[in-house]
Amino acid sequence: MDTIAFKTIGIGVTFSPNLEANINEAARLALFLGGRLVLIHVGESSDEKLNTFLSFLNPFKDQGLDFEVSFKAGDPVEVILSTTEEKKVDLLIIGALKKENFVKYYLGSIARKITRKATCSILLLINPSKERVSCNHIVVNGLKDPKTEETVTTAFFVGHKLGASRVTVVEEIGDDEVSVKVDDDKSLRKSTIVKERLRMREEMRVKAILKTIPNELTKDIMIKSQPIFGKRGYSIGHYAQVARADLLVMNAPSKMTFWDRLFPHDIEHILTELPTDVLIVQ
Amino acid sequence: MKSKESSLGGFIKALPKNIFSGLVVSLIALPLGLGLAMASEAPPIAGVITAIVGGVIVSVLGGSFVTISGPGNGLVGVVLIAITSLGLTATYAAIICSGIILIILGFLRLGKLADYFPSSAIQGMLAAIGLIILGKQFHIMLGNKIVRDSGIDYLLEIPNTIITVFQFEDKGLIYAALAGVLSLAIMVFYSKIRNKYLQLIPAPMWIVIVSVGFSYYYQLVLKSPNPISLDYMIPAIPDIQTIVREIPSPDFKMVGSLSFWSSVVALTLIASIESLLSIKAVDKLDVDKRRSNVNKDIKALGLATVVSGFLGGLNVVTVIARSSVNVNNGGSNRSSNLFHALFLVVFILLFSSELTRIPLSALMAILVYTGYKLASPVIVRKIFTIGKEQLIIFFATLLVTLKIGLISGIIAGLIATFIIHVVVTKSLGLFMKNILKPNVLMYKEEDGSYFVSVKHFCSFLNFNTLKNNLEAIPENNDVIIDFSLCGFVDHSVMESVDDYQELFHKKGGNIEVIGLDVLGAKSKHPFALRRMLTLQKILPDNKTKRQTNLSLVADNFDLTYNPIKKTYGEFLENFIYFKTKKIEHIFNELTEKNGQYRSFDVTFSEGEFIAKEVVRTTMLFIKTSKTIPAFTLDKEGLLERLYALAGYEDIDFESHKDFSNRFYLRGENPEEIKAFFTNELVRFFESNAYYHVESNNDGVLICNKQRIASIKEIKALLDYGVRLNKLINNT
Repeated sequence: MDTIAFKTIGIGVTFSPNLEANINEAARLALFLGGRLVLIHVGESSDEKLNTFLSFLNPFKDQGLDFEVSFKAGDPVEVILSTTEEKKVDLLIIGALKKENFVKYYLGSIARKITRKATCSILLLINPSKERVSCNHIVVNGLKDPKTEETVTTAFFVGHKLGASRVTVVEEIGDDEVSVKVDDDKSLRKSTIVKERLRMREEMRVKAILKTIPNELTKDIMIKSQPIFGKRGYSIGHYAQVARADLLVMNAPSKMTFWDRLFPHDIEHILTELPTDVLIVQ
Repeated sequence: MKSKESSLGGFIKALPKNIFSGLVVSLIALPLGLGLAMASEAPPIAGVITAIVGGVIVSVLGGSFVTISGPGNGLVGVVLIAITSLGLTATYAAIICSGIILIILGFLRLGKLADYFPSSAIQGMLAAIGLIILGKQFHIMLGNKIVRDSGIDYLLEIPNTIITVFQFEDKGLIYAALAGVLSLAIMVFYSKIRNKYLQLIPAPMWIVIVSVGFSYYYQLVLKSPNPISLDYMIPAIPDIQTIVREIPSPDFKMVGSLSFWSSVVALTLIASIESLLSIKAVDKLDVDKRRSNVNKDIKALGLATVVSGFLGGLNVVTVIARSSVNVNNGGSNRSSNLFHALFLVVFILLFSSELTRIPLSALMAILVYTGYKLASPVIVRKIFTIGKEQLIIFFATLLVTLKIGLISGIIAGLIATFIIHVVVTKSLGLFMKNILKPNVLMYKEEDGSYFVSVKHFCSFLNFNTLKNNLEAIPENNDVIIDFSLCGFVDHSVMESVDDYQELFHKKGGNIEVIGLDVLGAKSKHPFALRRMLTLQKILPDNKTKRQTNLSLVADNFDLTYNPIKKTYGEFLENFIYFKTKKIEHIFNELTEKNGQYRSFDVTFSEGEFIAKEVVRTTMLFIKTSKTIPAFTLDKEGLLERLYALAGYEDIDFESHKDFSNRFYLRGENPEEIKAFFTNELVRFFESNAYYHVESNNDGVLICNKQRIASIKEIKALLDYGVRLNKLINNT
């Protein structure tokens, strides 16, 4: 429980048409999660800027929001990352861009760099809005990975705090794990059996993880586990989109080398086409 | 262990049927083999060698069930170019190399190469091949051998040849032309005449029989030489000793040259495309609905090609027309392919000298018909109904193939398709950014059905991801394919998805496609929309005389009349009659108020490609109120007695000698059937006109002639059915 509390929530802000929506969203989240909000602005401080921020923040002050505004000039990536560490931010919120004429979202180059380098958890918002949009369905990955347990717990923590009604744990099973290739009726039967076995195994594993989660987090939430055969990191995004999830919770990648970027896998797929809001748990 | 024993038992039990269908197939394979080889300017025997080697090797090692392998039409053009540019012995070397590549493709599981080509481009390529065959052989058929440079030149010469024919002075040439025209007439009208004795022997074999008979008539009765010019007779076919002694040795000297390898690539490409299309089409005809192992089959075809190349044969491919003849004649496993090869060996052993009595022009008439079928206007019209842009792709491929060559043609088709897709979607990025992404998500929902969601776009470029997912679903499951996250779905995909729908439906599953309507509205989806509207409706006020009369019958008999075409007759599916036939649509339906019986006209097709026969007939379907045993009842004739020899059993009654003699009754469960056929029922059948009566447990299907019935006949049919139904319900 203690490990997953988001005590300090950071958001990078610039003067864009989305400013108010971004601040509103961040402030609401901070209130829900019970954390302090840090606005990080890349640039020299000025009274005019501060007043604009305050004008958006004041309505939340009455509801008990604790916040701070930090100004620092320099390279945006550097500034945001260093401020995050200085202020001990646990959760950094980044807004995504929307493609023109398309209902598709992607991360700008700065946001992408930050996502790769950050040491804290990151929330990528695709559709910040001034008004509150409720979060009903959360999809979380159930990969076979040491981090998964914490990620799933975090998903339930956030779900509990935001009043989500449904959490789906998705286990992605790579095609390479299915040892039988389908050629004819016989091999099809074999591969169906192998897949059924893998599915059972994965469900058992997820059940074991679910048992470790405190009861108070899961009691009002409908839990479903869904095994998927497909490419890791990609199919979960696709699933989140199909299942109309409001939030996708994923493990932070364990390593990020040059090759990973060239041959995108896991999280990189999600970054190129955000299916919904994504929370990457560090 | 038990299943193995019973499968061996089943194999032996099915053996007579497979020998029989092997024989029928060999009757069509012999003239086709000779003709295809001669059309590619290889020695005529090369085609027969190809069929024999293919039949033996593929039947032993192949992965499909009811296919027949041998020399293919598609390859005629490629082999022809190879032989003219490389020479015969180097061509054998090229054939061997392409066989090796096919084996490698099989091992790399790349047998499904043809999936990467848009279907309109493939259609265009096949049509071009058809025109090449037709253009070249048309002149020989009419006794006017000419040599031109390209396929188009041959086509342009056709009017000239027709004029030349009427100016022939040489009697030998006139007879040659007459033989050609007569043979073409046999090919065209054969499928129109529905006589079961005539249909037992395939049309190409009739041509052989008639021409050999003609030659003997001149020799024995008129005692004069065959009047057909010697230039237009098949050159001497070597006997088996000579064939073995004179096996050509492939010449690998040209391995370094570019033209050699371009021939190898073309051979491999066309061989794999033709085989794959045939396997796919034949799987649809398979009575047992088995799934062919394509990669295994490609490996076997590759090996057979290598062996065939060493023995002086051509590329071995899976052939559609012969395979469909195999299915129609009761072929049920690979042994029929083997028997077809063995019968060919017997023919060559016994009759190789007789074959020289066949006029070349008659043989080429078979090929002209084949070529026409590949490039028939029906195909163009069908493509046009799907969309004008498909026609552009079709003709781009067709013209480039004719003018330059096969490989350039197919590349032109690919490029044309891609450009059209980009123009239609107005977005190059959609394709470039997403082409390598695993765009298909498939998962099993909690209720056991599968959900498949496709993202970005789905076209010939990335269809194989969707295909792989669909292949991995057992066909008796329910599947939902959701295209709503997709910006573009092309015609090739829609067509293939339609094939899968049919396959799943046959095996008890179901595929539902959703999300396309959203797509149509949002991005004006031309391919998908056109694809769904192919079934045109007959205007209600545009009735034929028969239709007006039918509606009068409906009023008299208190029935409902519906003239509109329906694509599907699900209730007909379980009848043995339709097992090897493809129902296209039913129309002119007369239904009783509570739906107990209905008469209707049905259009169905039998066989594929040049062996395809479209039949329209009138039938009566009765839904019985109780379950009755499945049986088939026919008039007993010579043919049925022949079938009985081939292993089909006739159920006979001790107490009804007359009935047993006159009727041919069969079914899975003789005891139950015997109990069901009471004295009354037997007397009913004895005293009424002959009909084909068939039951599938909960329904009875009645028909007699394989043509549309007249109003009087429909009334008789209705009367017969109503009385039969009463009798069945009383027993």
